[in-house]
Amino acid sequence: YIVTIRVKPDHSGVVTDGVKHSMNPFCEIAVEEAVKLKEKKFIKEVVAVSCGPTQVTETIRTALAMGCDRGIHVEVSGKDYEAMGPLQIAKIFAALAKKEEASLVILGKQAIDDDCNQTGQMTAALLDWPQGTFASEVTIDGEKVKVVREIDGGLETIKISMPAVLTADLRLNTPRYATLPNIMKAKKKKIANMKPADLGVDMVSRVEVLRVDEPPTRLAGVKVETVDDLVAKLKANGTI
Amino acid sequence: MLSLDSSRKTLGLCVSGCRSLSSLAELPEMHQMMRQTCRDYADRELGPIAGKLDKEHLFPAQQVRELGAMGVMAVEVPEALGGAGMDYLAYSLAVEEISRGCGSTGCVVSVNNSLYIGPILKFGTQKQKEQWITPFTTGEKVGCFALSEPGNGSDAGAASTLARQEGEEWVLNGTKAWITNSWDASATVIFATTDKSLKHKGISAFLVPMPHPGLSLGKKEDKLGIRATSTANLILEDCRIPLGNMLGSRGSGFKIAMQTLDSGRIGIASQALGIAQAALDCAADYAHKRTAFGAPIGKLQAVQFKLADMAVAVESARLLTWKAAMLKDAKKPFTKEAAMAKLAASEAATFCGHQSIQVLGGMGYVTDMPAERHYRDARITEIYEGTSEIQRLVIAGQLLKEYAS
Repeated sequence: YIVTIRVKPDHSGVVTDGVKHSMNPFCEIAVEEAVKLKEKKFIKEVVAVSCGPTQVTETIRTALAMGCDRGIHVEVSGKDYEAMGPLQIAKIFAALAKKEEASLVILGKQAIDDDCNQTGQMTAALLDWPQGTFASEVTIDGEKVKVVREIDGGLETIKISMPAVLTADLRLNTPRYATLPNIMKAKKKKIANMKPADLGVDMVSRVEVLRVDEPPTRLAGVKVETVDDLVAKLKANGTI
Repeated sequence: MLSLDSSRKTLGLCVSGCRSLSSLAELPEMHQMMRQTCRDYADRELGPIAGKLDKEHLFPAQQVRELGAMGVMAVEVPEALGGAGMDYLAYSLAVEEISRGCGSTGCVVSVNNSLYIGPILKFGTQKQKEQWITPFTTGEKVGCFALSEPGNGSDAGAASTLARQEGEEWVLNGTKAWITNSWDASATVIFATTDKSLKHKGISAFLVPMPHPGLSLGKKEDKLGIRATSTANLILEDCRIPLGNMLGSRGSGFKIAMQTLDSGRIGIASQALGIAQAALDCAADYAHKRTAFGAPIGKLQAVQFKLADMAVAVESARLLTWKAAMLKDAKKPFTKEAAMAKLAASEAATFCGHQSIQVLGGMGYVTDMPAERHYRDARITEIYEGTSEIQRLVIAGQLLKEYAS
């Protein structure tokens, strides 16, 4: 995930053209958890979904190679893609979850490019489903799911009914490497193609990005001799 | 005088049957995915430990098991026998990516796939395949290939290891030298003379489990590079094996060895590419970061010329390797191309290893940076599975055949 991020000359965003994209690491963990649940026979079928331009099919195929059964590519490109945010994606996921009659929607807790940490929560709210976010442990118990959540204060265990939305945190599992035989099998698995309009979702964003800037260059620090000096300096530069 | 026939021979190979030139530039999706998964594994699991494996001469047993689970230890083996069922191009990509992470591990992968499983897949009976290939697809067991002897390396036709028949058994006597994986292997494909009077047509191939009574191992060689692999002599003293352990027909051993080495060359070329690429990556990264004369050294033409030469050497060797693999997959003759690939890739590896140290300067000479390990790992690729000199003879031989009127 080591990429040099550059702000576009017009400050409207970051340069994504020609930058290698790959599956969000938290989403890898989500895929791994879903495949594991299927291997333990708690769920019947795993569908991998991604929203974006044509290139996302590569990512869907990687999910298929990890063990998902089929994929859905919701095609969003151009201006719509640039403006696409958690709310639009959550609307798409909610519509698909209803259409597919899903029992679980599992996502990464956040994307490491924008760090929004909103899509899972919004999806649950739109569906009016319970949510188990920041999951570090997931256990299915009949019609309920026990989720151990990593929160600021430590670990919280909750029990929620299905259908539910879960978001994966770092320690949930270690994603598998796609094996060569599974990569071969993935070739035969189907990826359905659709547009947001097919799901009745409007992609209009209520958020307008005004400007994107690089963080200011870190200035050199100043050493002071006493606490009084420190207080004086902080007062002088307006911090206190 | 160039007849029409021979010119068709030289040009026709590119066009019919094998994939078009456009796919040399962009691999099929499946191959790209496969390359990516191997690269991810190499970056995350091999890169961080490669230095330790080298320093402590440690065989990467756990990593070999993990690679086995991924299907990398038996890429070309059909799924029915436990392999990944992919083609030789996929295998070449896998070995290159693994070698980029750790040259030694790439060698283990290559020897198991090309030199041990390869001949059994091609010349073995169904029963032999099930017995000698399937357990070696998982990474739990690896095999080795015993052709060279203390008295003959390049001169493979002069095998002095003997095999005589005694009732329902073959009895083997002799010594094999420089056997990679020897101390970690559970079986070997071994070549011995069954009919001395027939010279190289009197050599046969045998399958011997390891350990086995009558087969002992010499001391582990202390090598310059690929130190995580074990290299030692195999000593046979009245080593008895059932008649059914002969691989292929009696007297076909030399042919089996030569054909196996043809394919093995593509594997070693791939290993050399991985090492060369790692050396180039190291140098290019350093050129960005190291400053001298007020700017990153990548701004200096002397460094730029070196990086450019390294990149050209690697990329041209890579295309030769892919072409050889594609010809093999298309079941076309590939002897000349495989030799060209091995020659180009191994010379690219030693060149890149050397220049990478030069770009790093003093830092290239110490073990803090991987450049010195790439330099040492690269060196063997010009020697084993056919020295660069032998490759030149093979290429010239094929070339002259094409021009014969």
